[in-house]
Amino acid sequence: MDAFLLQILNGLDKGSAYALIALGLTLIFGTLGVVNFAHGALFMIGAFCAVTVQKFLTLSVETIDPEKTDFLGNPLKVKTPYVENWFGPDIGNAIIDWSVPLAILFAIPIMIAVGFIMERGLIKHFYKRPHADQILVTFGLAIVLQEVIKYFYGANPIPTPAPEALNGVANLGAIVGLDLIYPVWRIVYFCFACLIISGVFAFLQFTTFGMVVRAGMADRETVGLLGINIDRRFTIMFGIAAAVAGLAGVMYTPINSPNYHMGMDFLVLSFVVVVVGGMGSLPGAVLAGFLLGILESFASMEWAINLIPGINQIIIYLVAIIILLVRPRGLMGRKGVMED
Amino acid sequence: MFGLNKKDTSLLLIVIVLTLFAPFILNPFPTGSGLAQFNAGYPDLMQRFAIFGIFAVGFNILFGLTGYLSFGHAAFLGVGSYSAVWMFKLLSMNVLPAIILSVIIAGLFALVIGYISLRRSGIYFSILTLAFAQMSFSLAYSVLTPITNGETGLQLTLDDPRVLGVTSTADGSIPVTNLFGIEMRSTYNLAVGPWDFQFNMGYYLCALVLIAAFYLSIRIFRSPFGMMLRAVKSNQQRMNYTGLNSKPYTLAAFVISGMYAGLAGGLMASMDPLAGAERMQWTASGEVVLMTILGGAGTLIGPVLGAGFIKYFENIFSKINDNILHSWFSFMPDGLEDFVVFLVHPFIGKGWHLTLGILFMLVVVFLPGGLVEGGQRIAGWVRGKKKPDAHQSETNPAE
Amino acid sequence: MGILEVKNVGKRFGGLQALSDVNLSVRENSVHAIIGPNGAGKSTLLNCLVGKLIPDTGSVMFDGQSVLGRQPYEINQMGISRVFQTPEIFGDLSVLENMMIPCLAKRDGSFELNAIASVMRQTDILETAEKMLLEMNMADKRHMNAASLSRGDKRRLEIGMCLSQEPRLLLLDEPTAGMARADTNNTIDLLKQISDERNITIAIIEHDMHVVFSLANRITVLAQGKPLVEDDPQNIRGNPKVREAYLGESA
Repeated sequence: MDAFLLQILNGLDKGSAYALIALGLTLIFGTLGVVNFAHGALFMIGAFCAVTVQKFLTLSVETIDPEKTDFLGNPLKVKTPYVENWFGPDIGNAIIDWSVPLAILFAIPIMIAVGFIMERGLIKHFYKRPHADQILVTFGLAIVLQEVIKYFYGANPIPTPAPEALNGVANLGAIVGLDLIYPVWRIVYFCFACLIISGVFAFLQFTTFGMVVRAGMADRETVGLLGINIDRRFTIMFGIAAAVAGLAGVMYTPINSPNYHMGMDFLVLSFVVVVVGGMGSLPGAVLAGFLLGILESFASMEWAINLIPGINQIIIYLVAIIILLVRPRGLMGRKGVMED
Repeated sequence: MFGLNKKDTSLLLIVIVLTLFAPFILNPFPTGSGLAQFNAGYPDLMQRFAIFGIFAVGFNILFGLTGYLSFGHAAFLGVGSYSAVWMFKLLSMNVLPAIILSVIIAGLFALVIGYISLRRSGIYFSILTLAFAQMSFSLAYSVLTPITNGETGLQLTLDDPRVLGVTSTADGSIPVTNLFGIEMRSTYNLAVGPWDFQFNMGYYLCALVLIAAFYLSIRIFRSPFGMMLRAVKSNQQRMNYTGLNSKPYTLAAFVISGMYAGLAGGLMASMDPLAGAERMQWTASGEVVLMTILGGAGTLIGPVLGAGFIKYFENIFSKINDNILHSWFSFMPDGLEDFVVFLVHPFIGKGWHLTLGILFMLVVVFLPGGLVEGGQRIAGWVRGKKKPDAHQSETNPAE
Repeated sequence: MGILEVKNVGKRFGGLQALSDVNLSVRENSVHAIIGPNGAGKSTLLNCLVGKLIPDTGSVMFDGQSVLGRQPYEINQMGISRVFQTPEIFGDLSVLENMMIPCLAKRDGSFELNAIASVMRQTDILETAEKMLLEMNMADKRHMNAASLSRGDKRRLEIGMCLSQEPRLLLLDEPTAGMARADTNNTIDLLKQISDERNITIAIIEHDMHVVFSLANRITVLAQGKPLVEDDPQNIRGNPKVREAYLGESA
């Protein structure tokens, strides 16, 4: 029982990332009718926002401490981050410690801007082009973004730890008498993902803007005929989708140190998630994201690997293939979405 | 000639001449001269031209004709490579059975993957093929290690059985790949003045296979089957209501292009008998898509041009470093020189992928018809100065 | 016994009973029109005949064989060709190639891996296709891209493609919808000529009464998913039920 629950929990963090990326992908599919192969790159850029914030905050001034010497007897050079100089050591250290959550504030405007630029500058011209062209141009863009990041940040993963306070493990099962040791940050990540997902759904459900977007997803032409400026709203939706992917990336950094190809790795799986959930279905994307994350976690258990070696590597693909064969529209897909 | 019309025959002759005389054509600069770095007449680079040419020609049969965009074709190339290396390990170092086996295995593999993937079309198809390829890649890396030797890659060893050959040569080393005794690595050097031309057995095998593969693709393009494939791309609804079952047509195209990929993989292993999982990664699949598009999808010669173009510039760009750049731009004033080198630096050496990505976007945005269309536009522009071109609506897939 | 026998066909979409108890008998070599106001179920019925939809109840027999559960291409190979409301042709191919494809489908069946022979050396196919182009008055456009044809030419091409298969039954779905008067009249003449000169049965779904009464020698009126009446044109004209169905709708 404990192990069972633990595996579910273990699947939640990856599942959350899948769900968030798939949510953004589906928003873009549904509203703009564009297949965005660069969406994984947005996730990656988000993660590197966190890296950048950390780098900025730890920018240091080098001073010579006259009272201390190093082992050679020379005066010791001490690096103090600017923030410590400005706010004093306690607050300064706290700010550096909390750089990942702080990066959220930085990432939101950046990601929305990146989304706007991408949509207005490139994607816009591809609405009427065949899906193959959309795939190809966004694939090219993904390579470019990834290489640019690699150029500036190098090829090695950059550790970006979570705040000290959230870095440990907690025994989740203590209340109910079970033994469930689980890293705190993963719980934070899951809660954060839930927050964002409900935020997006609430936005679509309860605002006029969201209503128009939903109507546009269902029948773009009719809404366009009503004289509503769909395009501008869709640009904003693209920005939101980019921000969702970016935030997913920011918060994921303590779980896995970001590297330049993390976006591609997640993208392929997120596409599979979208297909399993049903192209164009937002709840489907979220559901499938969590389901596949948990499934992957179960498949990594020892008995599963002993039973079918390597099952953890391919379970998601396998499930996707079976679902597409049994239920071609995916779990919650509608008819006729992207079928041409 | 060869059952082709005049235009196609001349196209075939061009390819024959280009491939057979490649050691001359690709080596225009004398050895030791400053421009020698732009030469491409080395055996292993020329082999890559031919092998990726075959790969792209095959991919074009699927993508160019039917419009089905597969993002997993590298899997077939990888499977082909593994099969060939196994043949070298178990049977003999003769490349012929190895290549035949790799084509067959890749074809079977494509049959299974195609049968499932082709139940969906459009974007679903692309994602399915992508998923299959990634799955094969993961499997090759982990579980299938007994067959693929995992991360290290499959290599020949001194204790391989090689039933019809020798386990090891007289001097105790691993035997080399050959075609009925002619070693793939044997190279004849022809020195003419300051030039050094290399005629490599392996390259000529690849070249002959490329010519055959190209010829076959012309025949397929011009056959009733090829016309049906174009009909699949154009209007599947009309096709079904005209009594034609589009499924087996697309599946046949998928399998044929998978066999081409297997052939390329088998040749790759024949030139250098090892196979690794990274050949199956989806970026490798993306590369063949790029070659086809860059050259001109749906045209006959486009994929060959695209493959040559990309492999050539990959080689050149990766070789250039800052010192070379400085020597190029040394005519500029110092500050400007440094600035230009600084600007160009991200795109060269290890930055080749960045250049590739940008190229990808530029081609899709500005030149969806690829180099062939670009050439036609230029030709049309030159001719247009003399007389306006009246026949814009010719529909035969262009040369 | 007609060449096409539709018996008790019913089809429901969710809460909508699109067709109920439809009976239809198309006699060999007749021109049979199926008319009815919007939403009468004409298109649903047509889709049940060609394999796009499978009716919930009833049977559809073509020449003594059931078509139910068969794929569109199988039904076409049985001898039913369909002309669409908006012309469905192979836009990326030349007019001649468009015409050759149905000829190949007729000769080689639904699939044939004929990947080596040159398509331009299939002399029998070329001959049939060229002959049909001549008959359709399109021989001079044979090398044009089909997508660049005018709407009327696309319609002629599509009809020609269907005819080149020598079908037993030609189904037309509002073939003159959205056409100018002159094009409509041309199409009527073409269809008249086809039914006079060829050993072919035509079933036509049509809105335009002018077209229906110029062509049909048998008419079925559908209303609200049910066949109202099946009779000869002169009797349909005066039928009060038919007037009511149409007037009720247009009023």
